[in-house]
Amino acid sequence: MNKSVYETPEKISEIKSHILTVLVDNEPGVLAKVIGMFSGRGYNIDSLNVAEVSDDDHLSRITIVTQGTTEVVNQIEKQLLRIVPVHSVTNLDQEGSAVEAEVALVNIKADTNDKKRIFQICDFYRARKIENENNSIIFEIAGASDRINSFIKEINEISKIEIVRSGPVAISTITKEQEG
Amino acid sequence: MSEEITGAEIILKSLSEQGVEVVFGYPGGAVLPIYDTLFKQNSIRHILVRQEGGAIHAAEGYARSTGKVGVVLVTSGPGATNVVTGLTDAMMDSVPIVCITGQVPQHLIGSDAFQECDTTGITRPCTKHNYLIKDANKLSYVFHEAFEIASNGRPGPVLIDVPKDVQFAKGIYEEKNKIKIPSHRLFEPKIKTKSNQLLEATKLIAKSKKPIFYIGGGCINSGPEASKLVTELVEMVEAPATMTLMGLGVLASSHKNSLGMLGMHGMYEANMAMHECDVMINIGARFDDRVTGRLDAFSPNSKKIHIDIDESNINKTISVDFPIVGDVKLVAKEMINIWKENNLSLDKSSLKKWWEKINTWKKIDCLQYSNVTKNIKPQYAIQRLYELTKDKKTFITTEVGQHQMWAAQYYKFEQPNRWLTSGGLGTMGYGFPAAIGAQVANPESLVIDIAGDASILMNIQEMSTAIQYRLPVKIFILNNQYMGMVRQWQELLHGGRYSESYTDSLPDFVKLAESYKAIGLRAKNSDELDTVIEEMISNDKTVIADIWVDNDENCFPMIQSGSAHNEMLLNKNQTQDKKSAEKGKVLV
Repeated sequence: MNKSVYETPEKISEIKSHILTVLVDNEPGVLAKVIGMFSGRGYNIDSLNVAEVSDDDHLSRITIVTQGTTEVVNQIEKQLLRIVPVHSVTNLDQEGSAVEAEVALVNIKADTNDKKRIFQICDFYRARKIENENNSIIFEIAGASDRINSFIKEINEISKIEIVRSGPVAISTITKEQEG
Repeated sequence: MSEEITGAEIILKSLSEQGVEVVFGYPGGAVLPIYDTLFKQNSIRHILVRQEGGAIHAAEGYARSTGKVGVVLVTSGPGATNVVTGLTDAMMDSVPIVCITGQVPQHLIGSDAFQECDTTGITRPCTKHNYLIKDANKLSYVFHEAFEIASNGRPGPVLIDVPKDVQFAKGIYEEKNKIKIPSHRLFEPKIKTKSNQLLEATKLIAKSKKPIFYIGGGCINSGPEASKLVTELVEMVEAPATMTLMGLGVLASSHKNSLGMLGMHGMYEANMAMHECDVMINIGARFDDRVTGRLDAFSPNSKKIHIDIDESNINKTISVDFPIVGDVKLVAKEMINIWKENNLSLDKSSLKKWWEKINTWKKIDCLQYSNVTKNIKPQYAIQRLYELTKDKKTFITTEVGQHQMWAAQYYKFEQPNRWLTSGGLGTMGYGFPAAIGAQVANPESLVIDIAGDASILMNIQEMSTAIQYRLPVKIFILNNQYMGMVRQWQELLHGGRYSESYTDSLPDFVKLAESYKAIGLRAKNSDELDTVIEEMISNDKTVIADIWVDNDENCFPMIQSGSAHNEMLLNKNQTQDKKSAEKGKVLV
């Protein structure tokens, strides 16, 4: 909260992870404006996800996972709203109910001796095999980030793997009107 | 269907329709088509500066003295990078600016072409919004939107980067009233006129025993009407009011409720009252660190009401009890209505006690200084300047440093928009070009740049501009041969080791003025001061008055970094306690 040069007099609340979804006009430079605000004001981005959500209106949704006290995250939300192409900012942790999902692709070396065990784990986590050639097997897993974390942890104990993760996207379970 | 015209013509047409009368600029390769179009018309006047940095400060001076949007036109690459300081300055001080930069033709973007730079990338954090235009048909929309964004809500600088091929390309001009800007791109007032929050806040003021108004630059940005309403509100409550550096002039300095400026070099009574108040009404100020001093000791026993048009200022550094997001003039008007409708008033006896306490602080006379020698005291120079100019329509601009603080303390501002200074960014070199801009906007008025000997050299090249356009700007240099504020901090915090703060080889300012065919005057002792000031004012040419002041005078009173409002130093003989000094040293 305190971005002054002086120490803070306030009681600082606990640092927590927050998911912010930012609806923006999909115009050149908008992503740079959003992430530039984070770096310029000393906030962190744990993960970032951008995609167009409405072709007709040229709207994109940026999902940002950040960490901070309630005060810091409130300030982030207000700073985001100052950016001209930003329509709205929603802090899904304060919305009450929201669902989040993430996609990960995991490349496992095909010649590993523990293939059977790996397939068992994949089955258990409902990871889907999407490619099986060139000596590698690629699985896709989607769901809550925690579930992906534990999947990766288990696989990692058996075999060397390569991972790409999308970072979470999230949506409020409360239906909103007049939004893209 | 309307006729197609060139991009450059669309730009000029947009400016005309926006009511632009003056553009401050400097030509170059990437803006030649715009300059060519400018040449062929008569409605817009172009002021040629001598460095792009001068153009943007001049536009700031123009904007601040008129309330209109200041317009800047510069070329790509170095033209654009030279305006970055001014854009940041305008961003910090909420000055409405539209800055047009040329860009290399689109097919060369990204090729490290001659005079190419990533202008929108560089200026992203220091503009309210910026654009790179790729299609001449979009020019009119962008220009009309840019003016709206620059002046709407909390004003600020907007930059439009126009590649050279777009300036040549043909497109259709769209009129201002045909353009619809989506509401999310502009500030939307959030206060409801009958809002509970506003009612509660106003009632809180009525219940207070020791209220204080803390008035900022937002009141000036809200227009002259806002200053009148804020004054009415202050009079209604009968409370003391203090102003920030940017807010000087909202409440007349001579007003009986005015405690003057607060903060690091503010008035003792203003800071003490802020420290001891029970209800603080912040109108259009942002709890800047120059104002608050040490945060954990900032006005510890008060309930705080914060009126600001920019929601991000609420609870940024100081948590407040009653945040009100809205335009000052609307909020002040509504508070006045609520006050009247509910027949509110303060308890007279506690208010009387509060004023008695304030009057004991006033008796300290924190602006006193010893003035016994023949040497000119800088404070005295400003006092005389004020006395000899107060009856004229005078605009004062400043550079940054000791002279700026003395000007804020000793020059008395009776009206808004007459005091132009770089508050947030603290840009040395601001004052002279800003004075040029103010003079262009107010040709009949007296415009004085109160400067220091170091600051004035940062944009001294603009002498040439002032002469070319016969602008009778007065430069009043408090010459102490030091970067005075740096020297003061070195004296107070760094054992008097004056590292690089002495300006060796200063020019002879009188001869410098003469070399530009301006008037150069000099006062070496206090006997000469009045004559020099009078001559400066009466002369209708550009004047540099070189006032030789005491070299080692410090700016007091002062809250040193790391100290609180009630720990002001009043003079040289007082020192900050060691612990705060150590903590304060690492701060700005």
